[in-house]
Amino acid sequence: MDSSQFFGISSIAYILAMVAYIAYLVFRNSTLGIIATTITSVGFISQTIAFFIRGKEFYDIGQMGIMRAIPLTNLYESLIFFVWCLILSYLIIEWKYKNRSFGAFITPIAGMALAFIDISGMDKNIHPLIPALQSNWLLAHVTLSFIAYATFAISFATSIMYLAVTTGNKKSGAYIFWTVTLGIFISILVTMGIDFLTFKVVARTSEAFIKSYLFKATFRSASGLIVLFSYAASAVFVYLVWRYGYVLKKLIESFSISPDLLDDLTYKNIAIGFPIFTLGGLIFGAIWADQAWGKYWSWDPKETWSLITWFVYAFYLHARFLRGWRGHKIAIVAVIGFVSTLFTYLGVNLLLSGLHSYGGG
Amino acid sequence: MSNKKENQGIVDRVWSFFSSITLAVVVFSVISLTSIVGTIIEQGADPERNIKLLSKFFGDASPTVFRILDSLGFTNMFHSWWFIALLFVFAANLIICSLDRLPRIWNIVKEPIKPLSIDLLNTMPIKREMVLKGKIDNAKGVIESALNRIGFKANVHLQDNGLQIYAERGRYSRLGVYVTHFSIILILIGAVAGIFFGFNASLNLLEGTTSAVAYMRNGKEIPLGFEIGCNDFEVSFYENSDTPKSYKSWLTILENGRPVKINGKEVTEIDVNSPLRYKGITFYQSSYGFSPTKDSLFKFSVTSNDGKKQDVQLKFGESFNIPGTNIMGKVADFSPALGIDEAGRMFTYAEMMNNPAVLVEFTENGKPKYNQWILKRYPQTWRVPDGMVEFKDLWGAQYTGLQVRKDPGVWIVYLGSLVMAVGLYAAFFMSHRRIWVTLKDEKGSTKVTIAASVNKNKAAFEQKIEKLLGGLHG
Repeated sequence: MDSSQFFGISSIAYILAMVAYIAYLVFRNSTLGIIATTITSVGFISQTIAFFIRGKEFYDIGQMGIMRAIPLTNLYESLIFFVWCLILSYLIIEWKYKNRSFGAFITPIAGMALAFIDISGMDKNIHPLIPALQSNWLLAHVTLSFIAYATFAISFATSIMYLAVTTGNKKSGAYIFWTVTLGIFISILVTMGIDFLTFKVVARTSEAFIKSYLFKATFRSASGLIVLFSYAASAVFVYLVWRYGYVLKKLIESFSISPDLLDDLTYKNIAIGFPIFTLGGLIFGAIWADQAWGKYWSWDPKETWSLITWFVYAFYLHARFLRGWRGHKIAIVAVIGFVSTLFTYLGVNLLLSGLHSYGGG
Repeated sequence: MSNKKENQGIVDRVWSFFSSITLAVVVFSVISLTSIVGTIIEQGADPERNIKLLSKFFGDASPTVFRILDSLGFTNMFHSWWFIALLFVFAANLIICSLDRLPRIWNIVKEPIKPLSIDLLNTMPIKREMVLKGKIDNAKGVIESALNRIGFKANVHLQDNGLQIYAERGRYSRLGVYVTHFSIILILIGAVAGIFFGFNASLNLLEGTTSAVAYMRNGKEIPLGFEIGCNDFEVSFYENSDTPKSYKSWLTILENGRPVKINGKEVTEIDVNSPLRYKGITFYQSSYGFSPTKDSLFKFSVTSNDGKKQDVQLKFGESFNIPGTNIMGKVADFSPALGIDEAGRMFTYAEMMNNPAVLVEFTENGKPKYNQWILKRYPQTWRVPDGMVEFKDLWGAQYTGLQVRKDPGVWIVYLGSLVMAVGLYAAFFMSHRRIWVTLKDEKGSTKVTIAASVNKNKAAFEQKIEKLLGGLHG
């Protein structure tokens, strides 16, 4: 069996796990919970195997030794690895907190990311390493960055949930903030999905595709009517999230997840992700850049955005410890941190130019 | 209050300005927001590009907007005086904030744990009680060894009708935050040292040429103090594709016109991730280019059908001989990247030497015999009816693009990174844990009262204590 079959198994497993976790929450049946955890674990193991097989395939093609056979060199592989980190973090949380409720929120993200890869027809071929990537720092820099991204993703989910549970008044700033952020977030995901379905055939690689076709089916369409409609539809959607945001609140409350637990999880994930990000993302990245290009810091967009993200999370930590920020304020900072992370990971490659362009294609 | 403020000296006021968290917040935000603008506006780019970009947002007003942004330094923002000034304010803020808080923390760190009175112990966030069978001495042994198992070294203090065992771990981890702050300052010092005492330049060297200078971005010449020569440059590709596999240059350092041995070799091979260092100057493989001259040499290895082999090099239009025959070959045409379109026509598909090919016209005693395209990357094209003509290289036609850097501050930056790793580890993954265990005799048994505190991650420490207690029961 090759790696793609194992990846296939894990995709299916995560989607089944999502169903099982939701069923577990609805019926409160502990057997269902155990089934959900089992399916997730099977998916995780399968994905781990797939990762190693792909590493082996990479090794055979590249012939550059184990350190240079890390399948983390394009968008497809990085998304897969992101999902792997996400599930690993989730399983740790489930085990540590003895709480399965988050499964229903995390597995859909994993399933959606994997489905997105399939629907988009993203380039799954193994490409040999270009000279700039032929470094032993690849392993340390990229894996640590992604582990940090995954912890930030979880802190995003928990802080949005925190805001959802603790706000009720539709006119309060915090309520508006989280509903609008979530609304825009989902709108963008959906419009990107529409792009993929519309233009799938035209572009050869997903990267080239995103660069030339992003939002072309919606916000940037040639037809003014479609543009107008897209904005109107997004606005309506954001409005609906704002109008019915309390449903999410009820849902989370019914899962008996306390705001304190959410706040604690947000903090813990950032407290783990921040030092890993600093070391793996910024420092190892700088050392690598120093050895490859002779400049440890050149203010290229990827570096600059990493620094911005770093500032936001540094702010989170200082506000929390020195100013004693708690509640809505600190949760909002965590949300902004992940928006910045997302831009560092995807936005820079897709929208801006710079030395890191190989990260996108 | 207002009186007090007026009485403050200027030093105090500057101090309190720089030690304020508000300033930190403002600096964080301003650096972040301006950096966002700096990543959208392409730095150091052609004005046209940025005007085009701006026109998406500002329409016809974009040239004006561009002029405003340009005059404010946004087109080369990260080197503008005000951005550098912001970084200095950030550094000053960081230093003074740290100094402001350090004494308080230092007082805790320098004081080892002491036995405490009941009143103080009652204020501790973690408290547990239990009764152990047996006398105090017995309990003392049990608790000491239990503490030892989780890595605490126990101290004992005798007090009225009993004793207190106290222990701590990770006292110095409280300094983690300050170590991290200090490391940022170190890195900034390293960066400043690099800017003042180093340079960042580039140099294009055609194969077979040497240079004693490198060039700054503004065209200024930087003398190297020695000469550097490029013997050869080569791009290699993955099989059957135009994906580059490696960019390699073979360089020689010359002092007073004589080659210098580096690691025992006169010629050093450099690659993208492995530069050449000499006398504090580092040469990185950063780009390359193709600019053939009429002096560029075609290099062949020619073998006749009966196995006679000869290496030849010749200029465009010159001829060579297949050893032991009357056959002559002449380089009649060249393409740096020969491709074939769907109709079978040949064309040059790239400006670089992606797929170098020569058209060789063969003659026997002056009479035309046959022509053949010979491709460097495809050995099957080397065979001709009268032997083998291996096209080895077109030499003296490519130049290597080197990044030339001197940075005496880089070691400070690396040291700062190391210190930061230590600081972050202490700040996030260690904690200062203190535990006091009071033992009291109670009718032949021993009453054990545990009080403990930790500066972060209380739940984990509580768990550990629970486990410890569980062990005592058993």
